[in-house]
Amino acid sequence: MNFSEVANTGLFFNLAPLLVFLPLIGMLINMIFGGKMSEKAIGTVASLASGSAFVVALLLAYSLSAVHGQAYTVPFAEWIHIGELQLDWTFRVDTLSAVMMLVVSGVGTLIHIYAIGYMHEDVRFKDDLRRFRRFFVFLNLFIAMMMILVSGDSYLMLFVGWEGVGLCSFLLIGFWYDFDTLGQKSTANAEAGKKAFIANRIGDFGFLLAIFTTFWHFGSLQFDEVFAQAGHQPATVITAITLFMLIGVTGKSAQVPLYVWLPDAMAGPTPVSALIHAATMVTAGVYLVVRSAPLYSAVPGAQYIVAMIGAVTALFAATIAVGQYDIKKVLAYSTISQLGFMVAAVGMGAYVAGIFHLATHAFFKALLFLSAGSIILGMERGHHHLAHGHDEEVFDPGDMRNMGNLRKQMPVTFWLYMAGTLALAGIFPFAGFWSKDEILLDAKLHAEHFPGVYALLSIAAFLTAFYMGRQIWMVFFGKERTDVAKHAKESPPVMTVPLMVLAALAVLGGALNLPFEGFHNLGHWLGYTLGEVEGLALDLGVAGISTILALVAIGISWLIYGRNPLKEGQPDPLKKPLGFLFTGMENKWFVDEGYKAVIITPFEKLAKFLSITLDWNFWHDWFHNSVIFAGFQSFARFLSDPVDMGIINAIADGLASLTQRSSEGLRRIQNGFVRSYALSVLLGVVAILGYLLFK
Amino acid sequence: MDFELLPNLVTFSPLGGVLFLLFLNSEKKNLIRWVALATSLITFGISIWMLMQFDANNPALQMVTNLSWIRIADWNISYYMGVDGLSILLILLTTFLTPISILSTWTAVEDRVKDFMIFFLMLEVGMLGVFMAQDLFLFYVFWEFTLVPMYFLIGIWGGPQRIYAAIKFFLYTMAGSLLMLLAILWLGINQGSFAVPTLIELGNIPLGIQTWLFLAFAIAFAIKVPMWPLHSWLPDAHVQAPTAGSVILAGVLLKMGTYGFLRFNLPLFPEASIKFAPMMAGLAVVGIIYGAIVSYYQQDIKKLVAYSSVSHLGFVMLGLFALNSQGIQGGILQMINHGLSTGALFLLVGMIYEQTHTRVFDVYGGLWKLMPVYGTVMLIVTLSSMGLPGLNGFVGEFTILLGAWGAGMPGEVLGSYWYAGLSAIGVILAAIYMLYMFQKIFLGPEGSIVETVKDAGHALRDLNAREIITIAPLLVFIFWIGLYPKPFFALIAPAVNNLVEILQAAAMHLKYSL
Repeated sequence: MNFSEVANTGLFFNLAPLLVFLPLIGMLINMIFGGKMSEKAIGTVASLASGSAFVVALLLAYSLSAVHGQAYTVPFAEWIHIGELQLDWTFRVDTLSAVMMLVVSGVGTLIHIYAIGYMHEDVRFKDDLRRFRRFFVFLNLFIAMMMILVSGDSYLMLFVGWEGVGLCSFLLIGFWYDFDTLGQKSTANAEAGKKAFIANRIGDFGFLLAIFTTFWHFGSLQFDEVFAQAGHQPATVITAITLFMLIGVTGKSAQVPLYVWLPDAMAGPTPVSALIHAATMVTAGVYLVVRSAPLYSAVPGAQYIVAMIGAVTALFAATIAVGQYDIKKVLAYSTISQLGFMVAAVGMGAYVAGIFHLATHAFFKALLFLSAGSIILGMERGHHHLAHGHDEEVFDPGDMRNMGNLRKQMPVTFWLYMAGTLALAGIFPFAGFWSKDEILLDAKLHAEHFPGVYALLSIAAFLTAFYMGRQIWMVFFGKERTDVAKHAKESPPVMTVPLMVLAALAVLGGALNLPFEGFHNLGHWLGYTLGEVEGLALDLGVAGISTILALVAIGISWLIYGRNPLKEGQPDPLKKPLGFLFTGMENKWFVDEGYKAVIITPFEKLAKFLSITLDWNFWHDWFHNSVIFAGFQSFARFLSDPVDMGIINAIADGLASLTQRSSEGLRRIQNGFVRSYALSVLLGVVAILGYLLFK
Repeated sequence: MDFELLPNLVTFSPLGGVLFLLFLNSEKKNLIRWVALATSLITFGISIWMLMQFDANNPALQMVTNLSWIRIADWNISYYMGVDGLSILLILLTTFLTPISILSTWTAVEDRVKDFMIFFLMLEVGMLGVFMAQDLFLFYVFWEFTLVPMYFLIGIWGGPQRIYAAIKFFLYTMAGSLLMLLAILWLGINQGSFAVPTLIELGNIPLGIQTWLFLAFAIAFAIKVPMWPLHSWLPDAHVQAPTAGSVILAGVLLKMGTYGFLRFNLPLFPEASIKFAPMMAGLAVVGIIYGAIVSYYQQDIKKLVAYSSVSHLGFVMLGLFALNSQGIQGGILQMINHGLSTGALFLLVGMIYEQTHTRVFDVYGGLWKLMPVYGTVMLIVTLSSMGLPGLNGFVGEFTILLGAWGAGMPGEVLGSYWYAGLSAIGVILAAIYMLYMFQKIFLGPEGSIVETVKDAGHALRDLNAREIITIAPLLVFIFWIGLYPKPFFALIAPAVNNLVEILQAAAMHLKYSL
């Protein structure tokens, strides 16, 4: 048999478990032997582990096309069986999961390679070489968990991966757990990791309730079995399930109101921001909605809520991105905003558009983050060059106000960054143009059922182009605002080559699903799983408006930031004209402060009240001493006096002396208190027994 | 008259070690330790042998020993021992945790080692007896018997306030059991037997009386669990007890309470159980939330873990009083899980305490860098306790919550989704207090304790071989149950299904009588 014949038999599908186990093997090798391996070897093992998973994903996708997209399940292990509860670990290969597998392992592998270069320097700047290995152990673990998430055949396995990636996120955000983002000793990074975990747990709480509801009404958690009944269940049940799930989506995919963890997550090393907090993990919520398409499509009311959450998030986060100075923070809010686009799309039932944008966004946002990482390291290099021999002062290599004119020092990074920016801003013909336009077109076509979404997303798209323009002018143009920027250095090829691959994808990724007859590749591909949908044709009106909006936004950003570059120490030029609006954007609309005042402080006060006042002072001390102890003593006195007859007295005396002897060793630490207790207890027992025996 | 050696051998084999220890010179500390360890390992071995003989498909009592013991007037007390699916895992947990606890005392206990070991082995006998006894009176004897060695373990080898804690522990449990004793006597006299299987078969207790009996048993067990609001003895006992004592206290003694509900309250008073289920589940929910919030505010590591037990045991109680097979099986498994995770937490806290002599969070920080193995082990245990999928805690919590959600459907025993819904918030809170603990000790910059220890002339060291051997078996089960719980569920399923049938029959009966 030749290769394609094997593919036709579906034999390759049985390789699906390798998606999880190859990265795990890589992790174990580095865990066990990594101590004696060189950095290169560690990085190679980890990259190979992820790369081989990509190869498997390719094989699976190829086999899928050979069998015309027929979904395939691979039973792997039994897990929890109780009565009608039958939960197994089964792999599911269909066209939807295959897309996710390819994105995760493909982008993941590129980021692994990049990280070899990045972490090599990072561990040296932070002076802890041992953490190089730990980084790759966590990164491989993440890929494995993400694969569990996308390849699971039931909500439970999806949830397992969901929690697993959350753990990796926690570990990697707090990777430099003894520092803050400026490299100073602090608990800040660790706090950021904890915040992410807890915010995600709030989402998981919703997901869990969705799972419980699903199980008790559908009798199963397996996708096909659940979806087959979607038409027969009452709408209230499905609405409940989808809205519970939405809580999970807002946590994992950083939507309003749970998005607050994602900006803080930038505390993680930049490859982590690119891989986990831009390209893959945060899109899990989008994947969840698409996966549950038969449920969501059954309840338009819930769909509208999903779409509005997405659209509001898209706009809200975009406004904050305008007021940020940290290069990664801009990208972080941009990610939240773009995730909002995807959530809005899938909320409207535009599943193909959502997945399309998920894929292109993975390309260009990973590219942007990694390029930002290259810039930050470039600045660090400059900083170390200057600080050589001096006391190191606090310097923020990620603050765009410290940069300027970096296109001169870091030309390669500059061009890569430009490719990512144009894709994100939605400029023709970059990848983002096609995918974002498809979402906008869907929003326009469905405006009747989803009023407001199109307008919100359009404004968000305008702001996107604006804040990216602002960033470009501030980082790469004008004059160097610090000496460090003058001495910034370009990154080595191990970092820039993976970026070039991503840049190519950011430029050409639109080809996945072009709005022309016969080119709806992704739509056709996903159609096998989601049901065939009619491919949208290019709407010149929508495309024209969005292009004009983007170009105008870039033009305005040039007027403000490009024509008169920011000077050293000069406040943001938007500050004056926008006044308190800009203060709001700068300070993230004070949402963190609001949460602190409304939720965290009251919670801490409650915890203090419960633990100190109620539980300890009142219940533990006062109640015990004044009620239980005193009450017991009088009870014992009452029992012992009236029942103090000869025989009981004798027994009691005997027992008492026995106690006394056996506790002789205790005498030194014992006071009369102890004996009176024990004795009265004994007396009580004896009294009751005696009464019952001789009544 | 039946006699089956194995359960008796398991229960009383530690006494062999005690006898041996009595004749040893109390100065030969290491020999004493080895003898105690060997004894507990032999007991563990025998319990494994018993497991081999155990027929998992048989829901009934197995390996029964039933000898007439006390007959006064119409009292009919027997020496009745046996094993079934409800108890087998708890028995194994006991024999498993005892050698681990003994190993943890190797350098921690230097005073009066001989007495310590004797009390410890006696405690094991008591605990095993509790899980084996099938006669109410015999059960009561074992139940009370466990108090004595634990009382001394806390009172002699405990922390600065050990006496207060020991008395409180003794008094609360004792006071609670008095009412249970009355109920036991009522049952024995009026039903003509103290044997639990006979009593279950007889059934036929009017609901009014069931109510009183249920409450009498429930108070004793609820104090032991401890259920909110009867928990205030627990932080004292845990904080003051030596490490090994805390491990056994959390790992096994608390389970005697939940086991009591399972073994006695549910099958003996099924109608009352159904009636009280919302109340018990309600208290469990309060315990879950309350314990979690109070945990979060603790400044002492051990106290945090102690309060977390209130929360975790709340999950167990919620599962049991969901009264369906998911809830009860999850509840039983969660008893084991809690024994493993919290046992491991206490061990780990004890290990660092041996080096630093303080448990106040404020002085800690950044230890992961200095103690990578210790930090990683602690992380795994923390995650297990938080219910991360792939580790044991998730399997228990998930099935409990699922069961409770099902029991909350309209017309079911709890009749409201609020029980499971609010309890699921406990999952969020668990992340908050467990991560708080982990961060305070291991993350951030190095805490002042590093300098303090250095000033005292030695540096913090990572776990040594003995400590790793102590903790490793727990980790194995944390992963095993998390990844492949099937064999564990297989052991408990038939007995639980039996129990659920009794409860369902009672539910039918209640509906007809209404």
